[in-house]
Amino acid sequence: MQKLREILESYQGKREDIIPILQDIQGKYGYLPENALRELSKFTGVSESQIYGIATFYAQFRFTPKGKKHVMVCTGTACHVKGSDQIIDAIQRHLKIKEGDTTPDNEYSLEAVGCIGCCSLAPCAMINEKVISRIKPRQIKRLLPQKS
Amino acid sequence: MNFEKLVQKAKKEYYSIFRGEPPAILIGSATCGISAGSNEIKKVIEDEITRENIEARIIPVGCIGSCYAEPLIGIFKDNKEGIFYGPVNKKIVKEIIKKNIIEDEVAEENILGTIQVKETGNTGSFFESDFMRLQSRQILRRCGLINPEDINHYLATGGYTGLLKALEMGADEIIDTIKRSGLRGRGGAGFPTWLKWDLCRQSNSKEKYIICNADEGDPGAFMNRSLLEGDPHSVIEGILIGAHTIKAKKAYIYCRAEYPAALEKLEKAIKDLDKIGLLDIEIVIKRGAGAFVCGEETALIASIEGRRGMPRTRPPFPTTKGLWGKPTVINNVETFAAVSLIFQEGVEQFSSIGTGSSKGTKTFSLVGDVKRTGLIEVPLGTTLKRVIFDIGGGIKNGGNLKAVQIGGPSGGCLPASMMDTEIDYDSLTSAGAIMGSGGLVVLSDDSCMVEIARYFLEFTQRESCGKCVPCRLGTQQMLLILNDIVQGNGSPEDIETLHEVAEAVKAASLCGLGQTAPNPVLTTLKYFREEYVEHVMNGRCPAAYCRELMHYFIDEKLCTGCMVCSKVCPADAIVGLEDEVHFIDQEKCLKCGSCMDVCKEGAILKVPGPGKSIE
Repeated sequence: MQKLREILESYQGKREDIIPILQDIQGKYGYLPENALRELSKFTGVSESQIYGIATFYAQFRFTPKGKKHVMVCTGTACHVKGSDQIIDAIQRHLKIKEGDTTPDNEYSLEAVGCIGCCSLAPCAMINEKVISRIKPRQIKRLLPQKS
Repeated sequence: MNFEKLVQKAKKEYYSIFRGEPPAILIGSATCGISAGSNEIKKVIEDEITRENIEARIIPVGCIGSCYAEPLIGIFKDNKEGIFYGPVNKKIVKEIIKKNIIEDEVAEENILGTIQVKETGNTGSFFESDFMRLQSRQILRRCGLINPEDINHYLATGGYTGLLKALEMGADEIIDTIKRSGLRGRGGAGFPTWLKWDLCRQSNSKEKYIICNADEGDPGAFMNRSLLEGDPHSVIEGILIGAHTIKAKKAYIYCRAEYPAALEKLEKAIKDLDKIGLLDIEIVIKRGAGAFVCGEETALIASIEGRRGMPRTRPPFPTTKGLWGKPTVINNVETFAAVSLIFQEGVEQFSSIGTGSSKGTKTFSLVGDVKRTGLIEVPLGTTLKRVIFDIGGGIKNGGNLKAVQIGGPSGGCLPASMMDTEIDYDSLTSAGAIMGSGGLVVLSDDSCMVEIARYFLEFTQRESCGKCVPCRLGTQQMLLILNDIVQGNGSPEDIETLHEVAEAVKAASLCGLGQTAPNPVLTTLKYFREEYVEHVMNGRCPAAYCRELMHYFIDEKLCTGCMVCSKVCPADAIVGLEDEVHFIDQEKCLKCGSCMDVCKEGAILKVPGPGKSIE
């Protein structure tokens, strides 16, 4: 909770602070933990249900932790035309998880995201901060090695 | 230090790069460049410089537009013309350093063109190449040629002179200047910028706001990202001119969180501007949280206020009742950059380009099945044909052009027969598409138009805020029908139902998202109806694109049993012994085409139809 207190201290608790605070919480924890949202509600005086209303509206926010390697597959138009569906499909089969989920060993999580702005190098994916451009299904096994 | 002296000093520093004493190496380091590997290239260059013990400056720059040639570097040495190289790799770049910098010869590898930057402007053969020649780089004139994080580079190239001119003018004169320029909003709708500003200025309120909409959520578009990453000050200068005009003391830049590099450069730019004493208002950067509908101005305002980004009915328009109920001007990134361009370079230069009702230039992200993908800027009134074939170099891999998708998910698909359409606000609207913010996706024969419409509907359905019924339920209904059609479960009546729902959603939705969401459906129904018919009547996808209605097939006459395909198959769907004919297990097949990519014999074919009955 120390981390959370530090975040809240840099804000005044106005309504307009809610989204930036949620972003900061997610930045620190990797997701939005339940008790952090409860504290945010107390801090801003906005009801918990409204806070959830905001958090679930925006695509950025997640309620479960990410894997150590967070794989984001771009589904922008250019990437879609170049086969991003097959990339997601190949990753789902390889990691044996569905889009939006995390592997049981917390190693990987998979997310389909809107355009990441690298359309000219489509199809693209990001593993944590690193962009992989012109990705092919046959690279998946090598890019996402599994321990066992 | 006064402004004149500041500029003198900045010019001395900036133009010394192009004199190349000591040698200067420009590296395209925007998000696109980095994803193509420019960070690794930079590392190699640094190592080479240290190893060879040579003196050289490395200057990170934004994207010059030719993303197809990334990673891209430019080398300036000894007052000679600079040379741009791309695409480079680790090996080529070592060769270039050795030849161009150490041995003082021109490296032959991957030259894009020479370039000479003089204080009067840009000349040189790179700008005369096919990709550049037909463009008119106005808004993007600095991108790729300045370090976006160095305010001196902006000052040296005329930066903030537009603001100083505007500060000497009264609001009347500023608005008259913009009116004479003919500038229309570059976010897509094309509303006259002067009128928006004037309406807000006339509002009687002490508190007013100015907002820069940098929430570029269109899939397939990255114009705003490139501009913010390549020349952030040009956008900020436009914002300051706007704030001065309407007398706002606070400005917001609402930028997607997905653009971390753009956010970083904006923050740095605002700090640097404050240091030299030109920042006279408060500028707050708000990170978007991933909602396409926030591109709609009333939704964006709600989001800044800390609520769900839901639009509301207009009027009242934001110019009378905007952020916290106060008069507010919202403009797109490119509109603000156009304002600073007009004040820096003059009205005449701006308005001499373009057509009668659409003045100036427009930036586009040219992507899809086109040879030269990238960021381009063309005079309004340029035909689609010129953009795709002359600038873009035509269709990749010898394919044929099928359609162009313009204006993002709210735009439309125009068929190859309409490529003489001029790109301006009114021509595109009458063709059934819209300008949008500038995504231009080129589609070849390999694309299925029904599936493209489905893709956009999936997007708008997901991004609908859900406030109004026509959009919430209408987009979902259209998506369900389209899903059925692409999976081979459609019926002939579906086509008419789709058309009816689309018209209803267009007519009855609350905001621009819903009003334009049916555009991809309506335009594909209009121009590619036979593809819909083929899907519902014969269960075939003529382009062999829809996964349920196509399959891969190995031609046994051509298969040599080399096993290359089975090794790359990510789903282990290819069976067959060495030196014997292989088969594809249709149940297991992912339909990713990896096998087709690697087969040297050309034995693997993409065939329309589900393929369940073919042996």
